[in-house]
Amino acid sequence: MPSAPASATLDAGAVLPGVRWALARDMKLALRSRAELGVQLLFYVIVVSLFPLATTPERNLLATMGPGVLWVAALLASLLSLPRLFAADHADGTLEQIALSPYPLPALISGKILAHWLTTGLPVALLAPLLGLQYAVESEGLLVLTAALLLGTPILSLLGAIGAALTLGLRAGGSLLALLILPLYVPVLIFGAGAVDSVRAGLGATANLSLLGAGLLVAAVGAPFAAAAAVRIALD
Amino acid sequence: MASLNWFRYSSPAKFYPVAGKMIPWFGGSAAVLAAIGVWIGLGIAPTDFQQGEAYRIIFIHVPTAWMSMFIYLVMAAWSALALGFNTRLSAMMAQALAPTGALMTFIALWTGSLWGRPTWGTYWAWDARMTSELILLFLYLGVIALRNAIDDARRADRACAVLSLVGAINVPIIYFSVKWWNTLHQGSSVSLSAAPKMAATMLTGMLIMAFAAWFYAIAIALFRVRAIILERERGAAWVHELAEVKSS
Repeated sequence: MPSAPASATLDAGAVLPGVRWALARDMKLALRSRAELGVQLLFYVIVVSLFPLATTPERNLLATMGPGVLWVAALLASLLSLPRLFAADHADGTLEQIALSPYPLPALISGKILAHWLTTGLPVALLAPLLGLQYAVESEGLLVLTAALLLGTPILSLLGAIGAALTLGLRAGGSLLALLILPLYVPVLIFGAGAVDSVRAGLGATANLSLLGAGLLVAAVGAPFAAAAAVRIALD
Repeated sequence: MASLNWFRYSSPAKFYPVAGKMIPWFGGSAAVLAAIGVWIGLGIAPTDFQQGEAYRIIFIHVPTAWMSMFIYLVMAAWSALALGFNTRLSAMMAQALAPTGALMTFIALWTGSLWGRPTWGTYWAWDARMTSELILLFLYLGVIALRNAIDDARRADRACAVLSLVGAINVPIIYFSVKWWNTLHQGSSVSLSAAPKMAATMLTGMLIMAFAAWFYAIAIALFRVRAIILERERGAAWVHELAEVKSS
């Protein structure tokens, strides 16, 4: 770790270096196991491809449910990748060292969350236009779908970090995490999938995208602190 | 005026006997009020000219729905106290409230769908209130499941407190998101928002039942918190001095 400031308490100057350090570290770790990232992305693609097989290849119906299917798959992909945020660091003791470091813990966690989003949420959002085409979503809808995913998937990573920290080292961690976090994802799902619906209804997506943006700001400010509190609880 | 030291009762040892004295009062009032409420609801209140007798389910449905949301807020408030002051008893109160809240939510959903069948012609509609109530049930079950998954009681206290607070911030967001989603999708096939004009006796019966549900929730939460105190403090000397512990 580069020269860290001496005082640990609310040093504003240490926030950005802390975010940067955690981001760089987690990105490096993630990019060293690219296969794992690829598998997660494939999971997303496969889940999305299953829905037409299970329901109907009829284009109108597909266009109606396409955005919702993509969003549910994005939720599941995010959920599946959440344990990666803290579990490995917790298992080998790194998380304890991170919590002890002079950088503010919420800043370090923000960096980890950002890295998590860059390696899971961002690819999911960038793949969305391609998968949307399979669902006969029209051009403007594709644009809005991607924009909504770009705004919404960071919220999934932010809220998910709280759940991942709360379930650290617990029995049945995975399914418990789903029970804790999926209900909290509901507003993101509704506004995100609703954005494309509004475009189809001729209302424009501004309202939905604004709400997603507002949610992102609130989550970005609040979630790192809640996740930091949860990490400290798990380390006690 | 002598000021009452509230922190005195934040000690489980001091609160345990007080809770024991309060239970019969709240439990008794709940029983009396419920009896009056049922008598008004089933006997006195007139038949609704639109919904017939089916409407009478509101005497149980509306109070439990109110309590389901209210208990979540109270639980979140105890959680905030537990995190802020690091008091054990606050966390125990939050723990004691969760199952009652989940029960109230479940009853509200169950009675709602029973009422929906004759009135709307369906057991379940993706109405905004029903959907957010369902998600509220998931939130309760999440808190209970997290509690059960953690062996260390103090860690469970604080983890559940964080989860309850995050959930409490989310509850209004969930409600409004579901509401807007619903207006976009469904139109007004089911109009719950226009409150029907209610006869005064119906309202009285409903309010009395609401107080009955409230006092029941207090009594049962106190009962449960006493059990939690005994379980957690089983190593403490004062627990072994208790008459009910000695006799068993």
